[in-house]
Amino acid sequence: MSISIKDVEHVANLARLELSEQEKEQFAGQLNAILKYAEKLNELQTDDVEPTTHVLPVRNVMREDAIRESVANETALRNAPDDEDGQFKVPAVLE
Amino acid sequence: MFEPNKYETVVGLEVHVELHTKSKIFCGCSTSFGAPPNSHTCPVCLGHPGVLPVLNRQALEYAMKAAMALNCQIADISKFDRKNYFYPDSPKAYQISQFDKPVGEHGWIDIEVNGQTKRIGITRLHLEEDAGKLTHIDGGFGSLVDFNRVGTPLVEIVSEPDIRTPEEAKAYLEKLKAIMLYCEVSDVKMEEGSLRCDANISIRPYGQEQFGTRAELKNMNSFRGVQRGLEYEEMRQADILDGGGKVVQETRRWDETQGKTFTMRSKEEAHDYRYFPDPDLVQIHIDDEWKARVRASIPELPDARKARYTADFGLPSYDAEVITASKKLADFFEESLQYTKDAKSVSNWIMGDLLGYLNAGGLDLESIKLTGQGLGEMIGLMEKGTISSKIAKTVFKEMLETGKRPQQIVEEQGLVQISDEGAIAEVVDRIVSANPQSVEDFKAGKEKAIGFLVGQVMKETKGKANPALVNKLLLARLNQ
Amino acid sequence: MALFDLRLQEIHNQLRTKELSVADLVDASYSRIAATDASIQAFLTLNEEGARAAAAELDRAIAGGGEQGILFGLPAGIKDNIVTEGLLTTCASQFLRNYDPIYDATVTKKLKAAQSVTIGKLNMDEFAMGGSNENSSFHPTRNPWNTDYVPGGSSGGSAASVAAGQVYFALGSDTGGSIRQPAAYCGIVGLKPTYGLVSRYGLVAFASSLDQIGPLTKNVEDSAYVLQAIAGYDGNDSTSANVEIPDYVSALSGDVKGLRIGVPKEYLGQGIDPKVKEAVVAALKQFESLGATWEEVSLPHTEYAVATYYLLASSEASSNLARFDGVRYGVRADNPDNLLDLYRKSRSQGFGQEVKRRIMLGTYALSSGYYDAYYLKAQKVRTLIKQDFDNVFKDFDLIVGPTAPTTAFPIGEQVGDPLTMYLNDICTIPVSLAGVPAISVPCGFADGLPIGLQIIGKAFDERTVLRAAHAYEQHTEHHKQRPQL
Repeated sequence: MSISIKDVEHVANLARLELSEQEKEQFAGQLNAILKYAEKLNELQTDDVEPTTHVLPVRNVMREDAIRESVANETALRNAPDDEDGQFKVPAVLE
Repeated sequence: MFEPNKYETVVGLEVHVELHTKSKIFCGCSTSFGAPPNSHTCPVCLGHPGVLPVLNRQALEYAMKAAMALNCQIADISKFDRKNYFYPDSPKAYQISQFDKPVGEHGWIDIEVNGQTKRIGITRLHLEEDAGKLTHIDGGFGSLVDFNRVGTPLVEIVSEPDIRTPEEAKAYLEKLKAIMLYCEVSDVKMEEGSLRCDANISIRPYGQEQFGTRAELKNMNSFRGVQRGLEYEEMRQADILDGGGKVVQETRRWDETQGKTFTMRSKEEAHDYRYFPDPDLVQIHIDDEWKARVRASIPELPDARKARYTADFGLPSYDAEVITASKKLADFFEESLQYTKDAKSVSNWIMGDLLGYLNAGGLDLESIKLTGQGLGEMIGLMEKGTISSKIAKTVFKEMLETGKRPQQIVEEQGLVQISDEGAIAEVVDRIVSANPQSVEDFKAGKEKAIGFLVGQVMKETKGKANPALVNKLLLARLNQ
Repeated sequence: MALFDLRLQEIHNQLRTKELSVADLVDASYSRIAATDASIQAFLTLNEEGARAAAAELDRAIAGGGEQGILFGLPAGIKDNIVTEGLLTTCASQFLRNYDPIYDATVTKKLKAAQSVTIGKLNMDEFAMGGSNENSSFHPTRNPWNTDYVPGGSSGGSAASVAAGQVYFALGSDTGGSIRQPAAYCGIVGLKPTYGLVSRYGLVAFASSLDQIGPLTKNVEDSAYVLQAIAGYDGNDSTSANVEIPDYVSALSGDVKGLRIGVPKEYLGQGIDPKVKEAVVAALKQFESLGATWEEVSLPHTEYAVATYYLLASSEASSNLARFDGVRYGVRADNPDNLLDLYRKSRSQGFGQEVKRRIMLGTYALSSGYYDAYYLKAQKVRTLIKQDFDNVFKDFDLIVGPTAPTTAFPIGEQVGDPLTMYLNDICTIPVSLAGVPAISVPCGFADGLPIGLQIIGKAFDERTVLRAAHAYEQHTEHHKQRPQL
């Protein structure tokens, strides 16, 4: 399995990254090296092994349905790069 | 042209229902509708760096309850996954949803179309968080984002591709809505977006086993819209096939005003959501005791009530279906029956006068003053002969407007039926004397003439005379 | 800097007897920063005004009498991926260079409750991705022992600042070794607690299933005190462990008699600098002389840990860092053509190379068709790695080895070779994958650079880890060495 420039472009698009031609080349090379190294894992037979998502056996963590105070509108917008009428502003979303 | 005997339609529906918890699914912000923009937000639902979600127990239990009501098997172990995609209404750029371990699977509901009962399979029901709301401004050059709605708990209910007509789709949605209302997990208001529906639709030549290529339909904002959108899509796809073309797999948007669907995105642009288990949330283990506790909170559901109404009260299937479609209406019906034994009569008043009034005014049961008790008591007064059916119409109208008890209306307006034989006989005597021609006609064999005379007696008594007594006394007088 | 050579307990006593004021401590801290930070560059943001105001208030509290907690008035530094309300939190990223947090992390709240004084925010590898601090998008921090060398990372600013005597203690975060490795490189004590012991709420997530906050201090006793202040269940963190928090300081008995230590042969094999190995062996002999026993054990899946870690951590990171989209906070690119352009430009301009590389790797590993081969496979191997530890801990109380295979390396040496850089974490990553606690304590020097000894314990057995580390420290002088700045 080898990552092509086209794969890099596809992944960059999924991750919403814009890469220069040089970066694409560089990432293709580095990702190939890392993934080749990761192929090492295939030496291990893991068919009957359960995956670990959490190292601790914690389960059923829930809160009660109670309202907690929200933040003020100004606080919500404090870091907004652009806002209008108490809302976050972005370029038009076109469907 | 879509010819129903040439093509068969296959529809599967994905319905999102907002659960009406007090607080959001993963933080303590309020879920109430209609607050000023970005006033029900906090670092968690705004997706600030470093925040973590904590599951609202009530949201999970509502999801379990809904899944049980849809006859789903409830998972022993459920978990949450991240669905990754960028969109301004999704603050974390992933939605916390459920991928391979939904709360419920393998359910079904029965729908009734044209007197036929049909079972529609439910593939799964899972719990997830809602997105924020986008508004377009500046003549299409900008959009504004309000995150009040983000994090409202949602269940997504996916049906099997068992639906065969747009009408069935509508019936399915109505049944689903009824069940959600019965369970009291959502207020299911499509206009507030608390129920939303996407549809997968394909057609295939009759007899073909393989499904046709499907289109995913979005943006249908009413049950009627779903039906119309599907009808349009049937036609569009049939035209393509008739013309020797191929249906393209794509997402299409229903435009209510134009009555058409339009391409949104094709399969090539389809998302790769990169689902993976959310490491910020832990597994949910649901044991039998917990399931039993939630199950015990489910009230009698529409199908069960309908069966009871037809069996115990002898209501026609159609009437029972209509009354049980809304829990509030069915509760109203049962409340009436605490004050009268005449279920048929209650049903008739509901099916006729009440629903007629509501539909004509675009009203719902909560917005009027009439109660089930009022209707029951009014029918009780008829049974006792206190009022006539004609007077009942007047009383009913008054109750709709004022909410007064029927007894009070009758007393205030002096509407009590006259059942005093002497009093009626007096009026009968007067009318007979005053209308010799009609008496003549009756005696000559024109039996219709008696109708005129009854009418005159009723008019004289302002409609309060007991009609049966009037008839009896009049006949006796004429045959003297 | 004599003041900062004192143990926390000693400073506390001087505050109580009013030999010292909090203002003196805060002054000393900023003077030291003024004197040394030009050469080590540990800080990204200073909280001088806030700290001085806090000091004045705390001094008034002292004058008013009453009991003060052990961290009262102590100057502390906080790694810049821990959210501090009203104090910039940048994660050393251009993307967040203007981020003004609207809330406090749980640990920030706990430090406020303990009344320590936040001196400023400490440099790190961008979003905690890296082991050298060279990935800070502002400037690299330098090793106080030799400023041509890296301080380690990603909590390099935290480690360097403590080592340089700028702050009394610092908080760092550790995902694959990011507290322990810089502690080792800078000759101080760094503790990564059991996963779940310290709340992650307000720690800007890199890899959620691995991230843990922990203290960096000059000695083990101070580490125990700081851990005491920050550990504990938090209802805002679903992965927080609901366990009773023991008294850590009382565990420091000096007695290690009968402790059974396992020494993984994989941690002392290929790739380990002979001088590091020598120091570790010397430390084991020290333990032996104190009455502990040790023998060689095996953690057979060690060689798979680095690959497992990079797949899991990068996958989680690719999703965790997706929220940096330029809509609600952070730096938005100028004049985007449209929404897609806004996302792409803001993220590409905001993130450095290492961050992009890991986002790319993680996105790929989770993408359609590769999930089972990479992400799921790595989660399964994680199970095997955890079982390695479970097996050894059936017969041993502790596992001991080096923290890093080498001492600090020169700045610039490994840039551009991510894989080699990743292999520096070979001794710390398996511990993170297993979720168990580990401490790095100074155990010697090689060519003037510190060496770290890693002591690994069972889940939630920080007491034994601290006890052993403390006993060792009491019989060595390494932790008393100070860099000349």
